[in-house]
Amino acid sequence: MNPLVHISNVTKTFKRGSEEIHVLSGLDLEVKEAEFLALMGPSGSGKSTLLNLIGGLDRPSSGTVQIGDDRVDQLSARQLAAWRARHIGFVFQFYNLLPALSAERNVELPLLLTNLNKTARRAHVAAALAAVGLTHRAKAFPRTLSGGEQQRVGIARAIVTDPTVLLCDEPTGDLDRKSGDEILALLQTLNKDHGKTVIMVTHDPHASARASRTVYLDKGQLSNQSAP
Amino acid sequence: MKFLPLVWAGLKRRKLRTALTFLSIFVAFMLFAFLGALKEALGGGVSMAGQDRLITRHKVSLIQTLPESYKNRIAPVAGVGAVCHQTWFGGIYQEPKNFFGTFPVDPEVFLDMFPEYRLKDPEKQAWLATRTGAIVGRMTADRFKWKIGDRIPIQSPIWGQPAGMTQWEFEIVGIYDGAKKGADTSSFFFRYDYFEEARQKNKGQVGWYTVRIANPSLAAQIAAQIDENFANSPYETKTEPEGAFAAGFAQQIGDIASIVMAVVGAVFFTILLVAGNTMAQSVRERTEELGVLKAIGFSNSRVLVLVMLESCFIAILGGFGGLAVAWLITLGGSPVPSMLPIFFIPTNNLVIGVLLAIALGIVAGALPAFQAMQLKIAEALRRGG
Repeated sequence: MNPLVHISNVTKTFKRGSEEIHVLSGLDLEVKEAEFLALMGPSGSGKSTLLNLIGGLDRPSSGTVQIGDDRVDQLSARQLAAWRARHIGFVFQFYNLLPALSAERNVELPLLLTNLNKTARRAHVAAALAAVGLTHRAKAFPRTLSGGEQQRVGIARAIVTDPTVLLCDEPTGDLDRKSGDEILALLQTLNKDHGKTVIMVTHDPHASARASRTVYLDKGQLSNQSAP
Repeated sequence: MKFLPLVWAGLKRRKLRTALTFLSIFVAFMLFAFLGALKEALGGGVSMAGQDRLITRHKVSLIQTLPESYKNRIAPVAGVGAVCHQTWFGGIYQEPKNFFGTFPVDPEVFLDMFPEYRLKDPEKQAWLATRTGAIVGRMTADRFKWKIGDRIPIQSPIWGQPAGMTQWEFEIVGIYDGAKKGADTSSFFFRYDYFEEARQKNKGQVGWYTVRIANPSLAAQIAAQIDENFANSPYETKTEPEGAFAAGFAQQIGDIASIVMAVVGAVFFTILLVAGNTMAQSVRERTEELGVLKAIGFSNSRVLVLVMLESCFIAILGGFGGLAVAWLITLGGSPVPSMLPIFFIPTNNLVIGVLLAIALGIVAGALPAFQAMQLKIAEALRRGG
């Protein structure tokens, strides 16, 4: 398959006072369409920074980030927001649900940016919640949901717009093993059955074992890659 | 519209804080509306004053009287159309708290001079035919449940007892209404000829004159001409437009407009800080949530609008609520009719209140909204994590 994500010679430097911190240095990476990639590495190795660059949450200091036909590093803030809404689904470690909204309203959030009417939005929300097995908890508020359920709502929110890529930042990092396994199984299903490209940052080898490929980051550079 | 639940969710996040902010705005706007009504009540005569009327009074003070004969010397002044006199009677019904403006007048000239008092023609005829007849404003008639035909005893701390009687007694022959909103319907008018005959002192003296002029632009010249007529006499006069006279009367209590402006200004500045702080705190607490919204595709400008909507929503809800409740309360009339007979919130005050509520929402939300807009997603998510 063709590479969907094409990262070339990317550097990312942060400034802390007068000190410059090089988080990524000349990094190259390709991710194929419908691939399930795990990004591993020690803390501070640049995993989340790389994920942010792929997701258009941040810009590289140099180099190119291309997703499909879009040069993400060249888009304006407004274009990036629209591009994220169309192409990217985010799954966060701490779920990041809005506490004042019910599960279904949380899932509906990305659809508010589309031209869908209320009925269509509701249908999409129902389908996404069904996909993560949470139809019966649609009206529940985040505080009444378990960690695993909250993460499944987070995944439903990420897939409700049918994005090109799912970016998962430590999706099982805050869950027990059982719930974590359920989430990983769900991500695998989305990858295998629905053809979603999944890029997952994780510390956990058990989680990375579910991926079709694992890459290791250390000091801002890829150290080695497992075979797809 | 589809974003409203999101705005509402932001407000629901800290219910107590939202409720307290709402209440502070609500009370501020209620106070604003009531102060507007108070300003109107104290200076109402200014807005109701006729452009074509002058007041001629004693140069020293309003409580000094003028000879009744001045009427015949004012009338021939060039530009003067009509002259009518009034005298302060100080009427009290039964007990001192039941005080209202009471004036002896020449009925025909008086009604012609003040078209804002609307009296039915049969009642006017009855007044002209009844020497002890009096007309009373609708508000006072309702207050004491008076009706036409009632005989009303009135005490006067100034004029004492009438000659040959133990008290002043009048027959209600008419109840007048205001021709426009804000017209005073609390006063009591009776015939000057009866007053002149029955009073036991200061006969031939009146309180002040109301002078109608044909051309308001000549008011200053005509006023000067009238005063010149009586210069160097024992009863020198001061003539001024009715509006200035009413303003001067209100100024005896204080500069109401400045007091109201100062109070409203202080209250609104405080509320601006309260609402601004609430919004800033709300945005700070939701850094992570705003980061998530941006991550899923909400643009910077959309996040700015969401925060502004929240701010405007609470300001408008509190502001409109306060104005509406104050308006409903004033519909019930004056809380102290004897002191403030005119008590309503002028429409322009309501309009200003509505604009202030919107402005409060915009100003209070501007800085937090700008901060939310500037928020860097990766940083916001890091702070949350």
